[in-house]
Amino acid sequence: MTQSTSAETTKISTYLMLIVLMVLALSIVALILAVSTFAENQPLATSLLIIGFIAMAIAAYTLFQSRRRAVSMKIVAPQVMTTIECRKCGFKSVREFQRGDFVFKDLEKCQKCDDKMMITAIYKEIKEKEKTYNV
Amino acid sequence: MMIREVENSLYKLRHIKEEGRKIAIETIKEIGKPQTDPSARVDRYLEYFTIGPQAMDPAGIVYKLDHILDVRDSRLKDEVKLMAPASDEVQTNNLENTLEAAMALNFIYKVVRHYYIQGKKTLSLYVILQLQMILPLVMKEAEAYASALKAFAFGQPIGDGAGPLVAAKLMHGYETRKVPKDCVVATVPIENRTALIIKAEGPGGNVGKPGDAVKAVIDENEGKIASVIMIDAGLKLEGEIVGEVADGIGAAIGGPGVDQYKIEEALLEYHIPINAIIVKEDIGDAVSPMRKEISDSADKVIERVKNVILERTKEGDKVIIVGVGNTIGIGQ
Repeated sequence: MTQSTSAETTKISTYLMLIVLMVLALSIVALILAVSTFAENQPLATSLLIIGFIAMAIAAYTLFQSRRRAVSMKIVAPQVMTTIECRKCGFKSVREFQRGDFVFKDLEKCQKCDDKMMITAIYKEIKEKEKTYNV
Repeated sequence: MMIREVENSLYKLRHIKEEGRKIAIETIKEIGKPQTDPSARVDRYLEYFTIGPQAMDPAGIVYKLDHILDVRDSRLKDEVKLMAPASDEVQTNNLENTLEAAMALNFIYKVVRHYYIQGKKTLSLYVILQLQMILPLVMKEAEAYASALKAFAFGQPIGDGAGPLVAAKLMHGYETRKVPKDCVVATVPIENRTALIIKAEGPGGNVGKPGDAVKAVIDENEGKIASVIMIDAGLKLEGEIVGEVADGIGAAIGGPGVDQYKIEEALLEYHIPINAIIVKEDIGDAVSPMRKEISDSADKVIERVKNVILERTKEGDKVIIVGVGNTIGIGQ
């Protein structure tokens, strides 16, 4: 597969966008017509008003859904943290993971006691709570 | 409606697969500093296949499979070295793991696409229906591999590394030596017993061959081992808590079964009891960056190991403790 296919999947389809815009334009036309014919033909104006609103709602919903799909397709890299500890004085710090980090890697000297520090843990934290089922 | 749902998932799978390919190529370019564009070689790598041994006469099939897996491993490693000449051993292992995750994503996409097209071609609702039924599980697995890809590219520990993490914590500070294949062993005194701790050699992405390592250590000690304790990540059932620790008996090791067979064979020869401790997690957690709950469970596992040693062995005995899993991002 080529790089272009990757780009295709990330954006919203042009055809879909065109259809949505056309429906949106027609719904606006229907609403304008409804306003202009309200005094002369009330039943027709009401019908146009309903059609206009429904078409606008469908267009907005389709656009929203397409955008949601495009967003959900992104691969999000979780935030991974590295815990660094000093074995001598127990000083502990947590920072973001850097390439080359590994558990039990010796690092620079401790800020407090000048002894070497070491990576003791690398992990990702999941903030949102998992849905529980009371069964 | 159903076809639309499958189509949407297929689009997503294609996107994930393409992203995986892109990440793999970028990582190779960044780490391996190749002279030429590695894209064509990566595409070829993603299409590699392995043919399993013939099972009509199953006698000796384990060693045939073992041989095929060895050949596959060395072939893929050579390919990675050609793609990324500037990478060291650790980086080569990480790149190999990255490419294997991209390979898995490519395979998932192609299989789902196959059934989707087949269903449409034959106008068979049942083919599409079957595909739609398993899609949530397929998507979950694909997303897990996508997450794994980034972890491998960066060299971050993954959930499957729970076993090696425990072994590394036990052996840290003690002298280690290499044992076949791609494993290390350290002799550590625990609770007045001698523990021979085995794990895959880190911190590169590597699972080693614990089967060979355990057999070698048992043979070195002429079978005088009081117990073997295996620590691994175990698949949890829905409703169970991630990082929960459970213990039982048996060879706790996944994969194609070759290592499990070798361990069981060696244990049977000398009648050595085997204990297992697992850290529960789901498939997504196993291949994505290690969750805090799993990292924190390492100390609980060590406690369990000590309990098993105290309850099941006598003072002065020798025990083997094996940390099974991918040791990416975990040293020793």
